[in-house]
Amino acid sequence: MALAHDVTDDTIFHLEDDHGHAESGSSTMLGFWMYLMSDCLIFAMLFAVYGVLGGNYAAGPAPKDLFDLPLVALNTSMLLLSSITYGFAMLEMAKGRVGPMQAWLVITGLFGLAFIGIELYEFAHLIHEGATPQRSGFLSSFFALVGTHGLHVTFGLVWLVVLMVQVSKHGLIAANQRRLMCLSMFWHFLDVIWIGVFTFVYLMGMLR
Amino acid sequence: MSTGHQADAKHHARLHHGVDHGSLKGYLTGFGLSVLLTAIPFWLVMSNALGNQTASAIAIMGFAVVQIVVHMVFFLHMNTRSESGWIMMALIFTLILVVITLTGSLWVMYHLNTNMMPGHDMGQMP
Repeated sequence: MALAHDVTDDTIFHLEDDHGHAESGSSTMLGFWMYLMSDCLIFAMLFAVYGVLGGNYAAGPAPKDLFDLPLVALNTSMLLLSSITYGFAMLEMAKGRVGPMQAWLVITGLFGLAFIGIELYEFAHLIHEGATPQRSGFLSSFFALVGTHGLHVTFGLVWLVVLMVQVSKHGLIAANQRRLMCLSMFWHFLDVIWIGVFTFVYLMGMLR
Repeated sequence: MSTGHQADAKHHARLHHGVDHGSLKGYLTGFGLSVLLTAIPFWLVMSNALGNQTASAIAIMGFAVVQIVVHMVFFLHMNTRSESGWIMMALIFTLILVVITLTGSLWVMYHLNTNMMPGHDMGQMP
């Protein structure tokens, strides 16, 4: 693979749009994008379930009684900040600077942890008030949708820590760069899903 | 190789080509737009500035769609050229499935709910 990189183009014949796939791992990017799209369909199902069941309160609490918009705004800003700091980490990676990149990854992880912490606090608060998943169709679908997103962020955090260990052990080798780019797509994708969550679940819920 | 590629290689010296890592300016633009596009819908709902639920709902949905596009362009670096357009193809295919899933479920279940309401006179059905 490294060899193909060094050989000049004059000696190699290849199709116009077939260049560099093997060494850049960019076909991995396409494959990972396919995975993200399948994940997107899972979330579409959960959004559809919430759309269908979200109005069934079973004489229980409604969104207006439960949701705390300032808290959700804080949560949203945590996720947005973690997205931009991950972007900064990728820029440092492009320059090959391991130290600053790891520092930005730590900051990203802390923002992600803050997001999960706030979400768990919110869930604990809801359950304490008796708004458990089994209370009504609205709450079942709410916990399923928001909880699935939270689980994704949690696994993203685990992945982030694993990659930081990998980078500290092996440096910015091609495989690690590819892994970091996959996690970058995953992380930004979760932020995109969260836009749907705060719009359809929280903001629309308060309007209902 | 094309001149475009050489310029690209100079830009991202240590990187393999074909993968876009964005630029500081791109990330900051995306972040600024996202903050704006998040703050306005929250403000609309919290202050009830429009004074009309339907108008507010349509407005915040509009902001969400714009922000999703902003994220795709500035954070996920999507364009019609990446991976010879396959990324865009996969996205369009997924979007079609998402639209079918969401509108289909909501439309069917809404009508099911309406027709299953107690007191509904089945004798009037054609």
